[in-house]
Amino acid sequence: MPFVDTQLVLFDEDYRKVLGVCERLARDAHSKGVFVVDKNGQLMAEAGDLRGLDTTSLASLTAGCIAATGGLAKIIGEEEFPIHFHQGQRDNLHMTVVAKRIILVVIFDERSSLGLVRLRVKKAGAELARVFEEIQKKSERARNGATSPFAEITDDDIDKLFAD
Amino acid sequence: MSFINYASREINCKVVYYGPGLCGKTTNLQFIYAKTNPDLKGKMISLATETERTLFFDFLPLALGQIRGFKTRFHLYTVPGQVFYDASRKLILKGVDGVVFVADSQMERMEANIESLDNLRVNLGEQGYDLAKVPYVIQYNKRDLPNAASLEEMQRLLNPSGAPEYEACATVGKGVFETLKAVAKGVLTDLKKMAR
Ligand SMILES: Nc1nc2c(ncn2[C@@H]2O[C@H](COP(=O)(O)OP(=O)(O)OP(=O)(O)O)[C@@H](O)[C@H]2O)c(=O)[nH]1
Ligand SMILES: [Mg+2]
Repeated sequence: MPFVDTQLVLFDEDYRKVLGVCERLARDAHSKGVFVVDKNGQLMAEAGDLRGLDTTSLASLTAGCIAATGGLAKIIGEEEFPIHFHQGQRDNLHMTVVAKRIILVVIFDERSSLGLVRLRVKKAGAELARVFEEIQKKSERARNGATSPFAEITDDDIDKLFAD
Repeated sequence: MSFINYASREINCKVVYYGPGLCGKTTNLQFIYAKTNPDLKGKMISLATETERTLFFDFLPLALGQIRGFKTRFHLYTVPGQVFYDASRKLILKGVDGVVFVADSQMERMEANIESLDNLRVNLGEQGYDLAKVPYVIQYNKRDLPNAASLEEMQRLLNPSGAPEYEACATVGKGVFETLKAVAKGVLTDLKKMAR
């Protein structure tokens, strides 16, 4: 049976929970930045002091990278490679797949260590998984209910977007 | 699949440009990128070979404006058209909200167009999508070339179901924004239907 993902809906209160986990992780892991990206390449939350980074590109490339290695995993009979570590000259990048659909990205330098990041990510990942379970349930409900802001849009609204 | 973010009041949608190798998918995105106001676009990313063939994907994030207080953002992707990159094409199609099929009008590319369209159907099908139900438009590109097939022939071979279709010359931008608008409109209309 083919699997069609449900549309993801992120409400304010859930966003704050996700952000809380990111901020704590950024602090506890002594990292430079933490990002939560969905597997389709959309950024959901960020924390830390990597301001000015091109986060849209970061999110899309993170998703591309996880998709490509996920494809490789299937070829050798693994379901996925849930943990990725890229070591650079100064900065390192750690990615973990959470709850099958979210990617937790941590960027850190010599002020932290891989061991510490791994440890903190494990805890944060478990928390995020719980939050996303909630989000998933709410998204499914939102899909069936009238909460979508798009239930009300008219052809006129759509046309106006392309007025020029 | 689209992503509605109430915290930032944004909605994100994913559109994929599909089609055979060298049909002009990357050129479409390059033209859109070149002609879009800097405030409304992000960086365009191209993961390409030394010879400018798409290796994994091109990516262009665009902001289209607001609907009911929500910023609508479109993430445009192209797939690599060369036949042997099929594994990558499947990955990029994941979570797609709308598809543009770019056909190469050159007579000698008609087989390649048909094969690529079949491949699109199969790859969508594997993910539980039906091309007939996904917001979808077709672009007949390279209309400027002397060896272009007639429009009637292309319609007959590639668009029997009568999806929205546009003639284009992507290198000079003819038909490029019309195509984009049509698919974006299809995606938003679909969102509205889904919300019902
Ligand atoms: N004459 C003409 N050439 C075009 C047109 N559109 C694209 N081209 C040219 O066709 C070649 C291939 O275009 P790309 O946009 O790279 O093709 P693609 O579909 O991205 O190809 P892959 O990445 O291999 O899948 C380039 O040299 C373009 O300049 C057109 O409308 N007319
Ligand atoms: Mg290309």
